[in-house]
Amino acid sequence: MSWGCICLVLLLSLSAGALAQDKYYTRNGKVFFNCGTSLETIKATNPGASCVLVAATGQFQAAVLMKSFEFDKDLMEQHFNENYVESDKFPKAVYAGHVVDIAAVDFTSPGRYDVGLKGKLTLHGVTREVEAPGEIEVQDGKVLVKVSFRVRLEDYGITRPGVVRDKIAEVAEVKVDMELQPMAGRP
Amino acid sequence: MRLDGIAAICLASLLAFMPVRAQELDLLSMIEPEEQPVERVRNAFKATRVINGHSIEMLAGGVLDFRILHRFGRLNDGSYELFGLDQASIRLGLDYGINDWLTVGVGRSTFRKEIDGLVKAKLVWQTSGGKSFPFSVVAVEGITMNTLKFADPERTNYFSSRLAYYHQLIIGRKFSDRISFQLSPTMVHRNLVDSFSTRHDLFALGAGGRIKITNRLAFTFDFFPVLDNWIHDTDYNHPLSVGFDIETGGHVFQLHFTNTRGMDERAFITDTEGRWSDGDIHFGFNISRVFTLGHGKDGRK
Repeated sequence: MSWGCICLVLLLSLSAGALAQDKYYTRNGKVFFNCGTSLETIKATNPGASCVLVAATGQFQAAVLMKSFEFDKDLMEQHFNENYVESDKFPKAVYAGHVVDIAAVDFTSPGRYDVGLKGKLTLHGVTREVEAPGEIEVQDGKVLVKVSFRVRLEDYGITRPGVVRDKIAEVAEVKVDMELQPMAGRP
Repeated sequence: MRLDGIAAICLASLLAFMPVRAQELDLLSMIEPEEQPVERVRNAFKATRVINGHSIEMLAGGVLDFRILHRFGRLNDGSYELFGLDQASIRLGLDYGINDWLTVGVGRSTFRKEIDGLVKAKLVWQTSGGKSFPFSVVAVEGITMNTLKFADPERTNYFSSRLAYYHQLIIGRKFSDRISFQLSPTMVHRNLVDSFSTRHDLFALGAGGRIKITNRLAFTFDFFPVLDNWIHDTDYNHPLSVGFDIETGGHVFQLHFTNTRGMDERAFITDTEGRWSDGDIHFGFNISRVFTLGHGKDGRK
């Protein structure tokens, strides 16, 4: 709490211009998951993840619209939205946290860093702590972020009915792949 | 100067008490697009048929739907006929989604050995988000061919006598996650009718709906009152069906009770023999199994 306060005061003390330079964002990051088994291929990609990273503090937030996950099979997509994640009730999945070792990342020159993320994932109306390994790559004028983590369906109240239990994996593998750009010029 | 200091402390303490959550939400709201994306409302019904009649749902492009429909005999036939289960009438059908808004289909029914073909097009999508639109509009054109041997081979029989057509417009809305309702004005034209006094054209106003009970179970009904009964004083029975949609992995089972054996529009609008009030009720089921053949998804975004 006090840490957040210090950050805020710090942020406020910076000029507006510097503040804008400090943030990186995207609205078309990719989130991919695999929840299949040997019996059934269950994969989907969401090309519309939005994300903001604050370079100075490491604060990191990302969100996806559940309905934007694209499956190969339309019926699977329908079931995913209707029966499993209930997209009408819980339209978004949100991750809010921070990059633990942000201090090591030099945003001024190109480089690649292994980092860790710590935060909370809200999915299907359930919020849980998620720690995940990631990678930040600073390139000319952009920042590439890669994160992977696992989601145990039961933890988020997503049930697998008996008839399809063997076809759906207990744990979904999630991969995030985003290309962030500086937020300069945006309010 | 001193006042400034107090103001700064006040501000700092205010900020300190601001919930962290609000601050977190701010980050993403900074990059929220001004306009909400337009989103097609989907899954108003679990299948492309409510029970007998077409629903506002379409097959996605590249999806083949194999439909197996059964209607048993009447419940009031009694235990000797095992309440109708000894007699089954079927329709086997294949529907294919050319793209997300156009579906073609064929079927073959036991009843009158009828072959039917249809073209179904979604003209207007119900949407939500930035530019929302309150309902969907679907048009269906169908043709049926009776392949029974002609009753009187002696007289001149024309091929066209076997044919009938139906034209249908469906206006429907998914009111909420659970409740969907649609109206479907339908006209059926028969080339050959039983007698001079029987009209070739019949009008019916279909109504269908569903109420979801759980994510995988829904109560459905469809009703096609034949308007000609009131306009021209005819005596058709109105087909009424009630049932449940049950969904498992790749199947949708529709179990229902109905007073008609007809499984295409010509059959159930013009050929409903039973009356609910007399107990002429048939148990029946539809099974839908879909196969994804291609990737014809064109209108997903």
